[in-house]
Amino acid sequence: METIYAICVGIMTAGGVFLVLRGYTFAVVLGLTLLSYAVNLFLFASGRLVINGAAILGESEVYADPLPQALVLTAIVIGFAMTAFALILALRARADLGNDQVDGDND
Amino acid sequence: MLQHLIFFPVLLPLLAGIFLLLPPLHGHVQRQRVTVFLVNILLLASAVLLLQQSLQHEPQMYMMGNWQAPFGIALVNDKLAAIMLLLSAVLGFAVHLYACAGDDQRGPFFHPLFMFQLMGINGAFLTGDVFNLFVFFEILLIASYSLLIHGGGKQRTQAAVHYVFLNLVGSAFFLFGLGIIYATFGTLNLADMAHKAAQLNSEDVALAKAGGLLLLVVFGLKAALLPLHFWLPRTYAHTSTPVAALFAIMTKVGIYSIWRVHTAVFGEFGGELANIAISWLWPLALATLVAGIIALLASQTLKMLAANLVVVSAGSLLLTIALNTPQATAAGLYYLIHSTLMAAALFLIAGLVHEQRGQAQDRFVRSRPVNQPALLGGLFFIAALALIGMPPLSGFVGKIMLLQAAGAGADAAWIWPPLLISGLAALIMFSRAGTTLFWRVQGTSQNQVMAHPLQITAIIVLLLTSPLMVIWGGALTDMTIAAANELHRLPQPLSPAVSTLQEVLK
Repeated sequence: METIYAICVGIMTAGGVFLVLRGYTFAVVLGLTLLSYAVNLFLFASGRLVINGAAILGESEVYADPLPQALVLTAIVIGFAMTAFALILALRARADLGNDQVDGDND
Repeated sequence: MLQHLIFFPVLLPLLAGIFLLLPPLHGHVQRQRVTVFLVNILLLASAVLLLQQSLQHEPQMYMMGNWQAPFGIALVNDKLAAIMLLLSAVLGFAVHLYACAGDDQRGPFFHPLFMFQLMGINGAFLTGDVFNLFVFFEILLIASYSLLIHGGGKQRTQAAVHYVFLNLVGSAFFLFGLGIIYATFGTLNLADMAHKAAQLNSEDVALAKAGGLLLLVVFGLKAALLPLHFWLPRTYAHTSTPVAALFAIMTKVGIYSIWRVHTAVFGEFGGELANIAISWLWPLALATLVAGIIALLASQTLKMLAANLVVVSAGSLLLTIALNTPQATAAGLYYLIHSTLMAAALFLIAGLVHEQRGQAQDRFVRSRPVNQPALLGGLFFIAALALIGMPPLSGFVGKIMLLQAAGAGADAAWIWPPLLISGLAALIMFSRAGTTLFWRVQGTSQNQVMAHPLQITAIIVLLLTSPLMVIWGGALTDMTIAAANELHRLPQPLSPAVSTLQEVLK
């Protein structure tokens, strides 16, 4: 399970980094979204992966660490807000600068 | 009441920011201005009280909702945090005065955003928990994104695109680093981490190192460390004047975070993790300083000059971190206060020059004169003296302390030349800027723009801090030395009953 999980996070991060390095704002926003997905999964795994474990004491035989789940929840909310802002800013830049290049010129 | 005082620097701007968006205040410029002014006064008062508390007591930990550390969210008031809070309160107060002269009307929501910005900055200074640091970073960042494009304009939008995208990638890195640190340390509380650093399993050390260095990348991005500083000059030079002045403290949040994480946690008591950042910081800080000096000499406008001075001061401060002694940290803290306030003053002066020179703006070209040459020239002269590091102002004392902190050995050979040359470069550029802006004039001024009394007051408040920092230099250096000693020693352990969550779960 750990291997598959790690490969998933790795592929998403690689895709995110590739897209972030592109010169178009839309691709960069997509890349940032992918990166934030990868980050959320990664944070979730930082409390170790447990199957059939409740995050509350006394509910099951094995316990899952509840703290990373709380961290991920925070990170998801923040990442969502930031992505929305980045998208609006990209649209604004498209309107103000007349193109969708990150550097603002067509050359 | 007093025990809850620690939370006030976060709570006051949060509540004010929300109320500013509600009917009795929303849409009424005068009421908003008065509200924020009063909140700034309260912030100043609470910062002074907190500083007094921190000087008399050991660091105080405030547990939100009384959840025990390291599980709950902790706010810590120690000397370093209290000094930084006072700095942000003074800066916020002055910058807001300047903004009230009209810059706050260039776009909507200036006052609420300003409050949220201060909330994020104060929170980042107070937090005792790395994840909470991330949250406050995001608060100050999202407020800064909006403040940055406040007023609109092509150049601002473009600068904002770079700033926002870079910082979003930085946030992702921050979370990766946090994940690794939680997986290895089992805690995110800074005091707890400092105790656990030396006791890590040997197989976890490499991972923890990677996590710590990822955080260095993130803080380096905020603090303008060399390969990550290219966003700064453009962003600061193109944003509106009060926002640029407020941003003078943003790079210092990065420096402060490096102190908290890499000096306190990955510091002398880190066992195998001791001083992981230092070997990276040495060359990069020197390179930042050199790159800053070169960029300084190539500045074409007064705002760009101020922005490049921010890079130079960031390089000098990073060098004090690389020196990694309490003495260097104390010198760095003094220099940090000085450079933040003076850079902010220079941004505000640049804003006035920009408005009064008409089409030439603040570019270094021959043009029509400013309307108040004696006043602006005088203010510019004082700011220049302070920033170059000439006696009798605080820049001189700060530089001397930095040079002394370098000692006499090989460190000094590396640190003295760039620091002294940065002073020379600043001298050259300020002479050039001053003569061009105020003396190389032709014709008569075509506009009637005069500086608003509030704007002048704001600049005088900021500039006054420089002689005050010299007059009360003894008391201030005592404070910075005490703060540095507190940072460099192992913090009080958390209560022994508390172990990590993972141990409880086993």
